[in-house]
Amino acid sequence: MLRILVQENDFDAGTELAGLQAEGVGGIASFIGTVRANANDNPPLAALYLEHYPGMTERALSKIAEQAAAKWPLKNCTIIHRVGRLLPGQNIVFVGAASAHRQAALSATAFLIDWLKTSAPLWKREDFTSGPSLWVPARTADDNAAEKWSNL
Amino acid sequence: MRILYFAWLREKIGTAEETLDLPPQVQTVGALVAWLKTRDAGHAAAFADQKLIRCAVDLEFATAEASILGAGEIAFFPPVTGG
Repeated sequence: MLRILVQENDFDAGTELAGLQAEGVGGIASFIGTVRANANDNPPLAALYLEHYPGMTERALSKIAEQAAAKWPLKNCTIIHRVGRLLPGQNIVFVGAASAHRQAALSATAFLIDWLKTSAPLWKREDFTSGPSLWVPARTADDNAAEKWSNL
Repeated sequence: MRILYFAWLREKIGTAEETLDLPPQVQTVGALVAWLKTRDAGHAAAFADQKLIRCAVDLEFATAEASILGAGEIAFFPPVTGG
């Protein structure tokens, strides 16, 4: 079962992990992305603002989850991406995968987070404690991380 | 044609959405970008560096060569930075 959510509200990781359990599951892997308080040489972060494309974002995340389910024998898969204004330390994204064995769950989780960074329509803006806000530029390293899965 | 803008494209253009009547010769994403750039200074600034522009036609990622004939909704945005 694929569970895809784009929401302003926080998620409860414990509840989400429990929800991934199912008959035949022997391994559950997950990743949680959170807001870093300070980035590189920039002033301290006041908040991270996440913008999305309603309709397309959910669709793109569903497609990524379907690709993971086609590559690995997953029993369950969850992606929750928060949008709106998020404070340092708060959750941004939850990715979880459940399978009969650990390798599929771990690999699928890494694949999901790498791919959603490069192919889901979401944009981060950093609002600092002083000075103008900054839209985060895309990172080549993220493209490379996602690309490595195409060679499997 | 309904055209949407996100992130800094939205800020530079000054609107999240506009509905425009396109001239008949504008039939691809690339031709639409070229035409939009001529509209005003905001559009010209937003589309100045085309390497930084991504597009979706009816909720699917599309390239500059993609046809927009019959499309209902076209969106322009910077490279994505979620996760």
